[in-house]
Amino acid sequence: MSKNKELISKIGLRLDGRRADELRRIRCKMGVFAQPDGSAYIEQGLTKVLAAVYGPHQVKNRQKAQHDTCIINTQFSMAVFSTNERKKRPRGDRKSTEMSLHLQQALAAVIETDLYPWSQIDVYVEVLHADGGIYPACVNAATLAIIDAGIPIKEYVCACTATLANNEIPMLDISHQEEVLGGATLTVAALPMSGKIVLMEMSQRFHLDHLPKVLNKALEGCKDIKVILDEAVKNHVAEMGSSTGWANSRT
Amino acid sequence: MPLSEAEKTFILHGVDENFRQDGRDREAYRPMELETGTVQHAFGSAHLRLANTDVLVAVKLEIDAPFPETPHEGKLEFFVDCSANATPDFEGRGGEDLAVELANTLASAYQSRQAFDLRKMCILKGKKCWKLYVDILILECGGNLFDATSLAIKAALHNTQIPKIKAVNIDGDNIEIEVSDSVSDCEKINIENAPVLVTLCKIGQHCIVDPSLSEEQCTVGSMVVAATKNCVSTISLLGSGSLHQDTLFQFLDFGCKIANRLNEALMETLANISVTNENVGFLK
Repeated sequence: MSKNKELISKIGLRLDGRRADELRRIRCKMGVFAQPDGSAYIEQGLTKVLAAVYGPHQVKNRQKAQHDTCIINTQFSMAVFSTNERKKRPRGDRKSTEMSLHLQQALAAVIETDLYPWSQIDVYVEVLHADGGIYPACVNAATLAIIDAGIPIKEYVCACTATLANNEIPMLDISHQEEVLGGATLTVAALPMSGKIVLMEMSQRFHLDHLPKVLNKALEGCKDIKVILDEAVKNHVAEMGSSTGWANSRT
Repeated sequence: MPLSEAEKTFILHGVDENFRQDGRDREAYRPMELETGTVQHAFGSAHLRLANTDVLVAVKLEIDAPFPETPHEGKLEFFVDCSANATPDFEGRGGEDLAVELANTLASAYQSRQAFDLRKMCILKGKKCWKLYVDILILECGGNLFDATSLAIKAALHNTQIPKIKAVNIDGDNIEIEVSDSVSDCEKINIENAPVLVTLCKIGQHCIVDPSLSEEQCTVGSMVVAATKNCVSTISLLGSGSLHQDTLFQFLDFGCKIANRLNEALMETLANISVTNENVGFLK
């Protein structure tokens, strides 16, 4: 617990100069690549993630095809140079398998799967630079990529992390440095408009009394992220549309 | 996406006329974009985009013991990762064949001392040396991976900063190495002779460089030449198909000529590359 005290200074600033409820800078771009049906790039602080979406297309493994929904196939992979210490393998370890499953879980909640029977959607995420909050960045990038691919979704799915600093102040969007220093990290993937939670994960032992306020903070974070993503989508669509001339047709 | 017979004939006639699908002549490359220093965790990095081909290369350094057979040389290791972002075929272990082929070609191209001198990477003979991990991440495939990768590697090595060694303390078998902490106290790698790979494709009677994905499907035979300033460090034939001996020599000359031209262009670009903190990266 003594370590936790250093997370927020007396004047309320964190190690990187943020306040407790501030997100790191989010920069994103849709349509980074030409070959996938949808692609997006997101930077949350120093965490950088690329996502690509292929599909909906015919199911690769015929036996897995479903008559009433589509299969969502996800793969999480981390570049070997993304962490400080060089990784041996980009994927295939337990952590990345778990990440793939969690990502699939979050996406399955929003994609209108019943519109695409007998088909498959591939979502691939690639972490280029890891600095805490990898899973949230992946979910946010995947959301953007799916929107770029034009796949109908119920609403945005956004994810965010939160923790408790100094044993009392809930803190948003944890960086790697804070992850190492601090205690438990709560990862939440939510549908910010309806307020539903699709995935929640706690990394360590944590007192139940603190959970509501940390969870609320994380949900607030998801809402903030949604606003940023929405802005990016609108800008992207306006840009794409204006190049083809529809933006001018109204005037 | 497989091409039909008519499409192939169309491409073939274009090459015959020296006017390819995208308006290039047989010796021309597609436009390239190069950025260096994009990966913060690495000692050196480069991001190259050749039309639709996207390659990210990062160089990491570690202190290691040299191989017993080459006690005064450092180590160099290439690792290629074909991201599933490039094509769904690369999912899981799907990209491994291509990755291994690319890594092996690069390793043999850099093996020669004329191409890349590993003796400079030695810290203490037989005991300690630098190990260079060159990690290549393929993010999009738009044809001509070999050329793009080799250029990106050269740029990443150019960008690499090897920290200087401050002191080496030897205490029996125990060797301690003190590495300088200062960012400015670094050495650059000499990449002047590092090889440039050129893929040559035979379409009809002619030879083209920088094939696009569809052109790659029409080739009768293709060959990769790794050329440095005045020597060829690796030649390898790719895929199926065969080439006549005379054609092969003709290709070799042609490949060297192109490699020299590419190398000059790259060195000029690297010399003029501006050092800004504002990396545009994928956000552009």
